[in-house]
Amino acid sequence: MYILKIISKNTLRHKLRTFLTILGITIAILAFGLLRTLISAWYSGVEASSASRLVTRNSISLVFPLPLSYKEKIRQIEGVKLVSYGNWFGGIYIDEKNFFANYAVEPKIYLDLYPEIIIPPDQKMAFYRDRKGAVAGRKLIAKYGWKLGDSIILKGTIFPGNWEFVIRAIYYGRDKTVDETAFFFHWDYLNENMKKTAPLRADQVGFYMIGVTNPHIAAEVAVAVDKTFKNSLAETLTETEKAFQLSFISMTEAIVIAIQLVSLVVIVIIMAVVANTMAMTARERFGEYAVFKTMGFRGWHIAGMIFGESLLITMVGCAVGITLTFPVAHIFATELSTYFPVFNVTTKTICLDIAAALIVGVVAALFPTYRAIRIRIADSLRRIG
Amino acid sequence: MGSKAPIVEIRNLYKSYHRGNQILPVLNDITLDIDEGEFLALMGPSGSGKTTLLNLIAGIDKADSGTIKVSGVEITSLSETELALWRATNVGFIFQFYNLIPVLTAFENVELPLLLTSLSRKERREHAEMALRVVNLYDRMEHYPGQLSGGQQQRVAIARAVVPDPTILVADEPTGDLDRVSAMEILDLMERLVHGFGKTIIMVTHDPRAAKMAHIIKHLDKGVLNVYPQNHL
Ligand SMILES: Nc1ncnc2c1ncn2[C@@H]1O[C@H](COP(=O)(O)OP(=O)(O)O)[C@@H](O)[C@H]1O
Ligand SMILES: [Mg+2]
Repeated sequence: MYILKIISKNTLRHKLRTFLTILGITIAILAFGLLRTLISAWYSGVEASSASRLVTRNSISLVFPLPLSYKEKIRQIEGVKLVSYGNWFGGIYIDEKNFFANYAVEPKIYLDLYPEIIIPPDQKMAFYRDRKGAVAGRKLIAKYGWKLGDSIILKGTIFPGNWEFVIRAIYYGRDKTVDETAFFFHWDYLNENMKKTAPLRADQVGFYMIGVTNPHIAAEVAVAVDKTFKNSLAETLTETEKAFQLSFISMTEAIVIAIQLVSLVVIVIIMAVVANTMAMTARERFGEYAVFKTMGFRGWHIAGMIFGESLLITMVGCAVGITLTFPVAHIFATELSTYFPVFNVTTKTICLDIAAALIVGVVAALFPTYRAIRIRIADSLRRIG
Repeated sequence: MGSKAPIVEIRNLYKSYHRGNQILPVLNDITLDIDEGEFLALMGPSGSGKTTLLNLIAGIDKADSGTIKVSGVEITSLSETELALWRATNVGFIFQFYNLIPVLTAFENVELPLLLTSLSRKERREHAEMALRVVNLYDRMEHYPGQLSGGQQQRVAIARAVVPDPTILVADEPTGDLDRVSAMEILDLMERLVHGFGKTIIMVTHDPRAAKMAHIIKHLDKGVLNVYPQNHL
């Protein structure tokens, strides 16, 4: 109790210095938190993906299709529970800068495979009944001000032409990790058009999505699928959804690593700043520490005062920084929703914030404590007296 | 006092400092007894080793050889930790520059040494208030050191020194930074602690008036003690 009083009074001795140090920590924690959030936004697709789902694609490249006839063969493989399929559509809404993910899927099994995508039952029925029907995520709907029943046109890039869709359903995520900015429609609608305009491209799918009976056998099922199509015209590459998502990210991995490094550098810099403050503070008080020791106070009492002050300053800065992270991240989320559909401050990020602040506080106190404990009483008294 | 053992017994004490590879002898074969309830003044020119001797008696410095016994405890053979524990209950230190903790009030400064005892919060308050009454600063106990004059600060420092009821009080030039009037107040107070409360005080001083208050004056010169009875001054 008493030591807390001394610590808090000591903290307020140089109000400007303490304020500036806390401000520095606040900014560092804010920057650190935002950078970590950016990184987790990058990986959010991976986090959301399930280990019990597999994605099968053409082994040469994602841009080459697979025959629709594979569906039945895949379904007969042991351990396979559900099979859906789809194509990346890549349509553009009005202007190229309005980017959002859009694809054609076989919807019924697809929605069984993705229980995290939630659609009100009446809307789901309306979507199933309309061949031109489409489902859009709640954030996408909000962004473009769409309503149920609206007709919209996407300009095809991979599949030429202007494609008309009717918004029949709005989905939302079961939790915060689900991307709510995607758009999907009936694969049959795409395929029928292809039959008419480009018959060679009909009955071809971009990817199969496979649900396995048990996540533990996912790897074996993946091997079995690829073995089935070995030496056929279109060989397959099957991986877990997680690996599939990671293969998208890997090209930008270098940037992610750079951001990670920057977030560490921020912490190292603030560590130096706080360590400097604590060194100055302790140096000014060596005489007082000697007086405490003369009275019979021990090294750990002194350590308690220095560590306490260092931790008080860093934890106040950390608390303010964390508090500010939420509104600032919200602004980022709104501004960057096109690039990062999921931009949430996670519990893990908060824990990292706190851990970083604790480490800064402890490290900053180490050296001054070591000096204050080691210094001989008679010598430091002589310095002040 | 006669048959009673001295409260401080110093035997053949040597102390030197090392500066580079040079050895600077400071105390040279000091032997000295101090009785309980004594008010002893230690005088001598600057650099003669007065502070060094006082620090050794107070257990905040280590001798090269020789022994110091305080109230039967041979403090020269205690470890750092044992010395810290011993100081907490046996020594009250009064400094030239008061050395109060500036962020604590007069009351809190006086309470400080009691935090190392097993006293309850209430008992600590009673003891600290009592000590502040003795130094006549009860009405200033909520003041911070910066709000007190030098003499008042030194009185708070004396209250802080006596509050754990230590075996000995040591004072290093307690009036060195004070004007005449304040210095007299401090000396009167110390005299009262000896006569009224039976305290033992060892005081280093330059000030002949201060020395005059003491019962016994010891002169330290180049690390050697000379004893003068008071009336030879
Ligand atoms: N830590 C130290 N290192 C070296 N020399 C010291 C140290 N402390 C004191 N001295 C020297 O020891 C001598 C005695 O010092 P001190 O006991 O402070 O004398 P006084 O209090 O009588 O003025 C002085 O010459 C001083 O310079
Ligand atoms: Mg001195």
